[in-house]
Order: sequence, then C-alpha cells, then structure tokens
Amino acid sequence: MNAIIKKTLSAAAILGGFSLLGLGLTSLTFHKTEAKIQENERQALLTNLKAVIPESLYDNDIVNDTIEVSDLNQGLSKPAIIYRARQKGTPVAAVMTVVTPNGYSGNISLLVAVKTDGALTGVRAISHRETPGLGDKIEIERSDWILAFDGKSLAMPKAQEWAVKRDGGHFDQLTGATITPRAVVGAIKNALLYFKHNQVRIFSTTESTPEGGN
Amino acid sequence: MFSEYSKIVKDGLWLNNQAFVALLGLCPLLAVSNTVINGLGLGLATTMTLVVSNTVVSLIRNFVPDEIRLPVFVLVIASVVTMIELAMNAWFFGLYKILGIFIPLIVTNCSIIGRAEAYASKQRADKAFLDGLSMGLGFTFALVTLGSLREIIGSGTLFAKAELMFGEAAKTWQIDVITDYSGMLLAILPPGAFIGLGLLIALKNIIDTKVKQRKPAHIQIPIQAAQEQ
Repeated sequence: MNAIIKKTLSAAAILGGFSLLGLGLTSLTFHKTEAKIQENERQALLTNLKAVIPESLYDNDIVNDTIEVSDLNQGLSKPAIIYRARQKGTPVAAVMTVVTPNGYSGNISLLVAVKTDGALTGVRAISHRETPGLGDKIEIERSDWILAFDGKSLAMPKAQEWAVKRDGGHFDQLTGATITPRAVVGAIKNALLYFKHNQVRIFSTTESTPEGGN
Repeated sequence: MFSEYSKIVKDGLWLNNQAFVALLGLCPLLAVSNTVINGLGLGLATTMTLVVSNTVVSLIRNFVPDEIRLPVFVLVIASVVTMIELAMNAWFFGLYKILGIFIPLIVTNCSIIGRAEAYASKQRADKAFLDGLSMGLGFTFALVTLGSLREIIGSGTLFAKAELMFGEAAKTWQIDVITDYSGMLLAILPPGAFIGLGLLIALKNIIDTKVKQRKPAHIQIPIQAAQEQ
C-alpha cells in the first residue's frame, strides 16, 4: 500500500516538475519576444495605414489616435476601430476598419480611408477568405482592382451608382466573381455614409477609449 | 556504427518518410503546401520541433516513469511548439501571418508524438536527435515537393514571396515558370493537394519498384566488392 502511494506521489511530483519547467521556459520566451512582437504588429498596422493614406497628410500619431464605434459594422459584436488623422490638431481624414459579412466565404475586413471632404484616399483588403484566383483579386498583391476607389466619394460617382456594373453601377466586377466585389463596394458605400453622418462625433472625442465622451 | 546512423537518415528521408509512407501530419501537409515558401516554412518549423522534442524526450527517458510518459511527452512538445511559435512571430512575422494557425497545430502533428514514443523514448540522445532531424527533413522534402508542384500548376510561379523568409533581398527570387498564366484553381485548393500527394506517392512507389527490380541483377557484384573492402 505504502509503495503504491509513494510511486503515485513521485509520478505526480515529476509531472508537476515538468509542468513548471515547461511553463517557466515558455514564459521566458514570451517575455523575450513580447516587445518585438508588439513592434511587428505596430509596423504591420502602420504599413497598412500608409497604403491607404499618404503620410504627408497628417502629423499626429495615427496608430494611437483611435476611437471605437459599435454602430459602423452592423451585426458584429466587436466595435470597429477608427484611426484619426490630424494636421496640427485639425481633422483631415479617418481610416475605418470596415467588416462585411456579405462576401462569398466569411467576413471581409477592409481599411477605408476618407478625407473630411468625403473623398476616399484609399482602400485595402486586410483579411478575407474569398476563393483564391477569383475573389482574392480584391487584394492589392493580386490585382489593381481596389485602386479604383481612390479619389471616389458619394458625389462621384453618384450614390445610386455605388454598385458593380452588373447591378447597373459604376464599378467593375471581377472575372468569375461578382459576390465579392459587390460586398466590397457595398461596404465602402456604407462606410462613406456612416462617415458623412457621424463625422463630428468621430473627431470630437480626444480620448481614444470607447467611453470617452459618447 | 556508421551504417546505423545512415539507416536512420535513409528511414527519415525516404524509406519511412512521415508524409509519403507513414501518411502522418496530413492536415498541415495538405493545407500549407500551396507554395514552396509556405511548405519550406512549416517544414523547417516542424523539423525544429522534432529535433528538440526527440532530444529532450531521449534525455529524460530514464527519469520518467512509464505511467506518466505520454503526458510528459505532450508537455515537452507543447512547450517547444509554443516557444517556436513566439520566436517565429517575433522574427519571421510575415511568414507567421501566412502559416497562422498551422504553427500552433504542429503540436497535433502525429508524427512528433509518434517519433517521441516509438523511437526517442528508447534510444540514445544522439540517435534521437538524428532521427528527429531526418524525419523532419523528410517531411520538409514532402512539403516542398508538393508545394512546388502546386505552385507551378496553380499559379505558374516558383519561390513567390521568398522575402517573407529570407528578407528583402529575396524579392527577386520569384521565377515565372509559365508567363501570362491564368492559374489553375484546382491545384491551389485542398482537392489539388490530395491529387498531388496521390501522384507523388505513386511516383515514389514506381521508383521503389524500379530500384527493387534492378537489385537482383547487381546483387552478386556488390557483395563481393563489399567483402574485398
């Protein structure tokens, strides 16, 4: 009896020892890499932001000048982040993280940058699960399609022409894929409308917390 | 002594190739082999895991009671994979983003616990190390072969996005095997991976059969030669 207890206890102690060792080594690695990983993520975000809005337009720390809004991406529980670009304190543009569920396969995330006059400075697809070779042409690495939105606004083309050509609108669809471009065009139009109606609120709070003032 | 080591290497790379013969780790093999660089990235991460886990398991094999050996092996493998995941996130960020969930999923690659249990827990550390290295490189070989097949047929390129692994200088490495190619969707999607793997296994079997057929004709000469040596 005693031998069994002793054996069990020693096995438990060995297992516990290995757990602690594993835990210790992984925490050590975590602490060694944490700063570098955060910097990578910041850089990746900054690269994406630079792609949609020229750096010369603003002088503030755009990565940290953010506001979270819960009514931009309807139907999603996660609030949308909006990066705010300012020149000497004056609002010049906002970069919205727009998510649409209307794609062919899962959510499509976009970065939509719009100036205070309502014109787009750029749009990029950040993540999606559209069909490789067809719907994935919304990526800048695959085709120039997404550049068609540069400089566009709700005035040009007119609001009712914010659709793909198959639906009687202004924008090209992609060969072999209509659902994906339709979702993207719709999402950008929604974002522009949202920006038009909420512009004051988007730039008003200087706090970057979601509760700040709203 | 030497032949024992060369047998380990031969087993890992060819005779008992984890992907082509044992058919282990199919989930990452099929999901990530759409380009050469993706295949190479996951292959090397898996090799690293196999080498470290095999060596550690072999070193601790005499201290760990039989009853708890599997939980301990799982702990070792999970810790190693977590550390590799963090390191890749820090130093190969672009590749990490593409391989995504398949890095942590190395934990569930059966060939890793398989080698730990079937080999490393019974052998000396140097042999376990070599076994891990050979098995890992064999798996990488499978991933890269399938990856180049699918990348050429699927998108007409080779070594696309090499800069994710080898830095900015590798941006020019991309070879356009077929220019003005509209791509073949089937090869990029998972069904193409199954078909490609099937073809590669068939090819391996043909090679093995050919080698076997040729052996009887040569067999007497090599034996004499070996004796003279």
